[in-house]
Amino acid sequence: MTGPELLKSLSRLLGLKIQSRIEFRHETTFTIQPQDLREVAKFGRDELSFDYLIDISSVDNLGEEPRFEVVYELYSMTLAIHLRLKLAVSEEVCAVDTVSDIWPTADWHEREIYDMMGIRFNNHPDLRRILMWDGYPFFPLRKDFPLEGLPSEMPDVAFTSAAPMEGGPFVTQPSTATAKDREPRARRPEVTS
Amino acid sequence: MPQVAAYDSKIEGNVIFTQLDAAMNWMRKNSLWPMPMGLACCAIELMAAAASRFDIARFGSEVMRFSPRQCDVMIVAGTVTYKMALAVKRIWEQMPEPKWCIAMGACASSGGMYRSYAVLQGIDQLIPVDVYISGCPPRPEALLEGLMRLQKKIEGEQSFLAQKPRLAAELAPEIQRRPPVRAYVRGGIVGAPPSKRTLA
Repeated sequence: MTGPELLKSLSRLLGLKIQSRIEFRHETTFTIQPQDLREVAKFGRDELSFDYLIDISSVDNLGEEPRFEVVYELYSMTLAIHLRLKLAVSEEVCAVDTVSDIWPTADWHEREIYDMMGIRFNNHPDLRRILMWDGYPFFPLRKDFPLEGLPSEMPDVAFTSAAPMEGGPFVTQPSTATAKDREPRARRPEVTS
Repeated sequence: MPQVAAYDSKIEGNVIFTQLDAAMNWMRKNSLWPMPMGLACCAIELMAAAASRFDIARFGSEVMRFSPRQCDVMIVAGTVTYKMALAVKRIWEQMPEPKWCIAMGACASSGGMYRSYAVLQGIDQLIPVDVYISGCPPRPEALLEGLMRLQKKIEGEQSFLAQKPRLAAELAPEIQRRPPVRAYVRGGIVGAPPSKRTLA
């Protein structure tokens, strides 16, 4: 069975587990329920040869319900095909089952998502912050976290303070002007939309 | 300024009279051992400045020490994150006096392009900085220029009276009654008179 054939038949195999299936420029995205993740992941690795977890990322859709999305990028070394799994996570639950025992590389990816977005991973072997220090009180990649940061204090470990924005964020406008005229400037209001 | 001694033909020309401060500063400024606090891409330029093409050894600063206890000048080369900030400060505190600090590049001077939750907005918020070098990253020539500016600054320091007040008072009690000695540098007199506190 070739890769595209497999992906085509995947919907049938997994049946009701798949909520939606999107094809865009030969990239296949399945949306699944969070409670089905481990079952689909195991099936994908053992039966469908998705032996390589490229990345896990998370999205904050502030103002929508459910608020968060967790995205798994899978690759099959034998069939040379990609597969993207998406799951929606509500703010109240804010937790997903770990896949670090299925793909060991997920360990640090999940720690990073926990650190930056505050989504916890059930049964993760070592769910600590990975970039910020333990005890840092915020999740800085959430949409409601200000760009300049917030003050915090942990004696003898680290401190943070809000950065002066001075009218920023400063952006470079694409143009053919000289480097002097393309210097980063405060974003004009009409561009912000 | 230095005078040549002429009292003995055997050692004539080998003895120079000068001021103690001038001699101390001359020795210090030509042997500034750097603490290479390389934190980001500026460290690559710092390494280039130490390598053969730019050759920081021409200015007496080639001895990069990785122990802060052997260093004179900390070159903060790169982005200081909040996670690293207190470690930088601790290394600075482990360096013996007298010590100086060069903030190399935009990030170390002001946070640079990182107006962000994770980056300290200038190392001068934690430790005193003597020389700021602009650039992202600065070229090795800019670092050498900064080093020469620092040498110029050291030339004008009140090394003995300001830094060894007790010894000065022991050696010459009347020194406190005399007008402050000024250090001489090429081109004029620089340096503020020592305050009462430093002389006490």
